[in-house]
Amino acid sequence: MLVGIGVSRYTPASMDDLYRDYILEHYRRPHNFGVIEDADASYEGANPLCGDRITLMLGVKDGIVDRVGFTGRGCAISQASASLLTDEIKGKPLSAVSAFRADDLLDLLGIEISPARLKCAMLSHDSLQHVLSDLGAADPTNTTPSPAEAGA
Amino acid sequence: MINGHKLVYLDSASSSQKPSAVIDAMDAYYREYNANVHRGIYTIGEKATAEYEKARARVARFINAPDSHEIVFTRNATEAINLVSYSWGRRNISRGDVIVLTEMEHHANLVPWQILVQEKDGDLEFIPITDDGILRLDVFEVLLRLKPKLVAFTHVSNTLGTINPVREMVEMAHAAGALVLIDGAQAVPHVPVDVQELGCDFYAFSGHKMLAPMGSGALWARRELLEAMPPFLAGGEMIREVHLRRSEFNEIPWKFEAGTPAVGDAIGLGVAAEYLQALGMDAVREHERDLVAYALEVLPREVPAIELYGPLDPDLRGGVIPFNLPGIHPHDVAQVLDRFGIAVRAGHHCTMPLHERLDLAATARASFNVYSTREDIDALAGGLMEVQKVFNV
Ligand SMILES: Cc1ncc(COP(=O)(O)O)c(C=O)c1O
Repeated sequence: MLVGIGVSRYTPASMDDLYRDYILEHYRRPHNFGVIEDADASYEGANPLCGDRITLMLGVKDGIVDRVGFTGRGCAISQASASLLTDEIKGKPLSAVSAFRADDLLDLLGIEISPARLKCAMLSHDSLQHVLSDLGAADPTNTTPSPAEAGA
Repeated sequence: MINGHKLVYLDSASSSQKPSAVIDAMDAYYREYNANVHRGIYTIGEKATAEYEKARARVARFINAPDSHEIVFTRNATEAINLVSYSWGRRNISRGDVIVLTEMEHHANLVPWQILVQEKDGDLEFIPITDDGILRLDVFEVLLRLKPKLVAFTHVSNTLGTINPVREMVEMAHAAGALVLIDGAQAVPHVPVDVQELGCDFYAFSGHKMLAPMGSGALWARRELLEAMPPFLAGGEMIREVHLRRSEFNEIPWKFEAGTPAVGDAIGLGVAAEYLQALGMDAVREHERDLVAYALEVLPREVPAIELYGPLDPDLRGGVIPFNLPGIHPHDVAQVLDRFGIAVRAGHHCTMPLHERLDLAATARASFNVYSTREDIDALAGGLMEVQKVFNV
């Protein structure tokens, strides 16, 4: 058995700034996860560099987002972010949804996102802008920040 | 110290740490004899030139090149491969010509060839791998019937660690009339490399993975190939005579070193090569083989859920351990490990086609170098248990 680790090196207290309980809860049991039938628009977004992938689907009735779903797989941050985002936009008028900004999503996440993880956090927001643009409801000033990609 | 912990650096396949000997040599160049090379008729210019060319001789000795003029300094392995694809490739590949690669190539040994065959209307063929990451030489045999002009493959896989049977494959390729380029980026830091014994035609590698500075690297090629190849980049340094409408090119290797070179980096590369040779590449390999065997034993024992990829036989594997923890994305694994000062790589490691072949979105990867220890692997095992606790799996 391994001895001598566990005590000094590992102090779980420092962990909860990123992987807070509610983030992990959304990751394990994401809300609005699954395909919706007869979606009015959908978009598959991916961060090829890390293998995060989500398909976001929206159904609209009378200018209201009345159905929303997503599928895919990825890291805790990308999946929790999609779960939170879909909760937030469900039942809202398209105009409100198109005004939902990247910063609003970061506020919902409520955790410090390092530049390396920003792409994970922003995947659902970026996918949403594509879906909105399919629906003719995108706000072109509402952009998703994207840090320079890492290579090698 | 990283996040209050002593750094456990397990990302050497991405880039190695650098020994003081290398840093000091570069420092001495910049402080004591900083000058351009092949130009100044003054003491420090001459010293800079001598040290730059000495570095070339050291690199040649390190890979047992027969002639130090066969070493072209580049920025990295990527540039060395592009040098061949642009210079040799554009001269020698034409419509219908076949280049054989493998499914395990780094993008650096894939994309340049894609661009070349698209431009020349040639074809790429790929040697497949088995599920545990071994090249299928039986299929290679069949592909050679297509009479490829070039076979290009990695000496050691950066993702799976597989050490490929270069000599045997070179013999097969030569028997079919193909030239062979070896991507040695992951080999030079870890296994003895003797280009004459391997028998290949081109050997490309980066310095920064073998204890040398960022921005250093080299291409080795047989003299007659280099002499026949047109220049890749053009300008100063690579010419003998320039007239307004035509120029005569310099001899090799300078023909391929247009512009002011990265002198300090090349000097650092020469020192790193000497440093590794003094340690003895057989001893380096033995140390890493021991670490691989230890990791393959300890990780599944301490972290039973772990999924390991690549060859299970430490004799066939360089110091690279790709893995996943089921239900936890490798990004999250790496992020939590970082809290404990443990640096691993997460993602596709610039081998997207290989990940597709293995049906993996991404992997985490621990990789070693001469300074890695068994304690690093113990720390990783402990860290992975903590990751599992955070994610409750
Ligand atoms: C097998 C292999 N080939 C080529 C490269 C490219 O090296 P560089 O980025 O230094 O050019 C790498 C680096 O990751 C590698 O592992």
